[in-house]
Amino acid sequence: MALIHQRERFSVLVKTPAAKPVRKPPAKASSKAPVLPEEGSNHPRPRNPERYEASQEELLHFYKEMLLIRRFEERAGQLYGLGLIGGFCHLYIGQEAVAVGLQSALEPGKDSVITGYRDHGHMLAYGIDPKIIMAELTGRGAGISRGKGGSMHMFSTEHKFYGGHGIVGAQVPLGAGLAFGHKYSEDGGVCMAYFGDGAANQGQVYESFNMAALWKLPIIFVIENNGYAMGTKVSRSSAETEFYRRGDSFRIPGMQVNGMDVLEVRGAAEAALEYVRAGNGPLLMELKTYRYRGHSMSDPAKYRSREEVQNVKEKSDPIEAAKAELLKMGVSEDAMKAIDKEIRTIVSEAADFAETSPEPDPSELYTDVLVEQY
Amino acid sequence: MAIELKMPALSPTMEEGTLAKWLVKEGDSVASGDILAEIETDKATMEFEAVDEGTISKILIPEGTDNVKVGAVIALIAGEGEDASADQAAPAPAPAPAPEPEAAKPPTENVQIVPETPKRAQVSDPAIPEGTEMVPTTVREALRDAMAEEMRRDERVFVMGEEVAEYQGAYKVTQGLLEEFGARRVIDTPITEYGFAGIGAGAAMGGLRPVIEFMTFNFAMQAIDHIINSAAKTNYMSGGQMRCPVVFRGPNGAASRVGAQHSQNFGPWYASVPGLIVIAPYDSADAKGLLKAAIRTEDPVVFLENELVYGRTFDVPKLDDHVLPIGKARIMREGSDVTIVSYSIGVGVALEAAEKLAAEGVDAEVIDLRTLRPLDTETVLQSLKKTNRMVVVEEGWPVCSIASEICAVAMEQGFDDLDAPVLRVTNEDVPLPYAANLEKLALVDSARVIAAVKKVTYKG
Ligand SMILES: Cc1ncc(C[n+]2csc(CCOP(=O)(O)OP(=O)(O)O)c2C)c(N)n1
Ligand SMILES: [Mg+2]
Repeated sequence: MALIHQRERFSVLVKTPAAKPVRKPPAKASSKAPVLPEEGSNHPRPRNPERYEASQEELLHFYKEMLLIRRFEERAGQLYGLGLIGGFCHLYIGQEAVAVGLQSALEPGKDSVITGYRDHGHMLAYGIDPKIIMAELTGRGAGISRGKGGSMHMFSTEHKFYGGHGIVGAQVPLGAGLAFGHKYSEDGGVCMAYFGDGAANQGQVYESFNMAALWKLPIIFVIENNGYAMGTKVSRSSAETEFYRRGDSFRIPGMQVNGMDVLEVRGAAEAALEYVRAGNGPLLMELKTYRYRGHSMSDPAKYRSREEVQNVKEKSDPIEAAKAELLKMGVSEDAMKAIDKEIRTIVSEAADFAETSPEPDPSELYTDVLVEQY
Repeated sequence: MAIELKMPALSPTMEEGTLAKWLVKEGDSVASGDILAEIETDKATMEFEAVDEGTISKILIPEGTDNVKVGAVIALIAGEGEDASADQAAPAPAPAPAPEPEAAKPPTENVQIVPETPKRAQVSDPAIPEGTEMVPTTVREALRDAMAEEMRRDERVFVMGEEVAEYQGAYKVTQGLLEEFGARRVIDTPITEYGFAGIGAGAAMGGLRPVIEFMTFNFAMQAIDHIINSAAKTNYMSGGQMRCPVVFRGPNGAASRVGAQHSQNFGPWYASVPGLIVIAPYDSADAKGLLKAAIRTEDPVVFLENELVYGRTFDVPKLDDHVLPIGKARIMREGSDVTIVSYSIGVGVALEAAEKLAAEGVDAEVIDLRTLRPLDTETVLQSLKKTNRMVVVEEGWPVCSIASEICAVAMEQGFDDLDAPVLRVTNEDVPLPYAANLEKLALVDSARVIAAVKKVTYKG
């Protein structure tokens, strides 16, 4: 499969045979001749991305990170079932290659990241300690938000990871604001703002696109297209289901990327970053991916067939694919097993920590409402 | 008759200005559009144009005059055939006298008499005929039944929102509606609250009866402009010409462990807006009867449900058409020692407290407001007259709350009946925390209600 491609900008505009741009409106308003954009505009375009050529060591690293997310999420699902995690809990299983591939290309502490409520994977991909993430999920004082945020609301300003937002679409203008900050302070950083195929229909997304393009903000808009927004398949919610085209009206170039292949993702991230870091303004990436679990733990997922899910798991699982590639590179089965064990230990420790560490002190109820005292 | 030229107001805030320069003189003939004078306001110099045709017969305010009041006659124009010179003999009218400084008058004389809001005659719930079968029903089913009945009754009613059709509702409130009414009337939307709330309001303006579901009211914040600026104000702004009979409904308030962004009671927000009806029922019968009323009313309604109450079962009378009056509170439990006022999920807390108090010999009356706007102050005040003590229970923040409003009503209209200050029992004044122990600490519970009741009855 040719999994990464880039489309011609403006190709959706129909060129009629009388393609000469109409300069003056005709006297009578009856002509329907379209006014076409100027040909050969020198608006720069990103280069065609290539699949990343990872060394064995690098691919092992990606594999470990993806596996950590998978096992962490599986455990979170278990803890939810045991009543240790409450409320909403959105698992990232199936989408691991997206966060790992993209964020491996960023510079933590320089570039910024923001996403929605399905945020555990993005944090793990940034190397944030699984213990304090899991402890946040169980609502403990040692959690990264001191137990006050929960699964959907986690942040690490140290890593320039800005959350963790529960309102669908809100992270997009917030991300543009972070990008504004990068440009304003000339710190060379780029913001990566993730949102879903469902979020892509919110109006504020397009307001952000316009301003980001107008002001050439250093931002990569990442649409994680996992096919569904809760129970709604993209074809039932979206007039344009090719999400990489959603920036066309704002002259934001788009790329469509196979989000199930970590090296394709990483390769695309490099091309995207090159373009944005060069001061060309925003870029839109659509990552085609799939969520294996329900939308949240309470989703019966009746809107899709078991076969559909099974098919993706069997044919396109990002972790299995990376594993096969590693074995081909000559990594031994034993080494893979050792990794598996190592990851299981990390996750078990995180879960134990999250179960046994104490709830926040009651005095925390009134802390952090405001910063200052009045 | 000469036409009076008056000092114009050149900005919404201008009260007086300087007549900087006359560009015409007496005897000049002018046509509409001619510049007559330059006038300086505090912000700019503006040109003053003629509207009428004629001859300048008299200039009353010379150029260079400061502080010319808006509305003062500055010149006279004689129309065609009039004797322009006749005006010259007439005594120059003085500039319109400035209004007297307000402080000079005793304050009471200045108080404008504002007409009172018209009140309708007392209404009460329709009597339920003796022998009516009572059917245990969950609030969730009651709401669905209300929508289904109204959809059967009125072709204009349709339901729109996220996951309302194929998914059967994120909280299963619209279960079965798609099957019965089809995709034309039960419509799944993309996640675009601002857009579909506007589409709902527009469809209502155009004559339909939309029921717009927000997956939760937290997401209605994306759409609040349409709820307030488009729906609530239209009837008034159009002088009663254009209506917006839309219902915005969905779960409101804290759910369980869903954190700060998904746990908020918007009752006080919407209840502060004239032009809206705000309903927040507690039990199944009220949910059904009031949602039916909401769909029928000509006014825009915000209908606040509660996720934690959806699964509770209460009796609903088996009637062909169970419709309840909007704006009427309900006495859930009669009592004589103290009045506990609440709404929505808070009513359950109040009833639980009342039961426990009864065991301790305190006889509490519990009132369910049911409608938050218009507020049934009469029922509240009547109860206060009887018990002389009041506690308001609200699953929401204390500041600027419905509880605060009830306090104000009791103070303004029931002061003589109060034997103790009205107390508010609300959530803690913090964003809702996720941790189980902190969440519990932050939310209202019956123990806190009991403590407040003891305080107002001087037993604690
Ligand atoms: C403004 C707003 N509307 C609705 C919701 C409820 N909600 C939470 S997630 C979700 C689906 C989002 O789907 P998508 O953007 O595709 O992201 P995914 O869950 O697939 O990662 C919905 C409707 C919300 N949180 N915020
Ligand atoms: Mg999605």
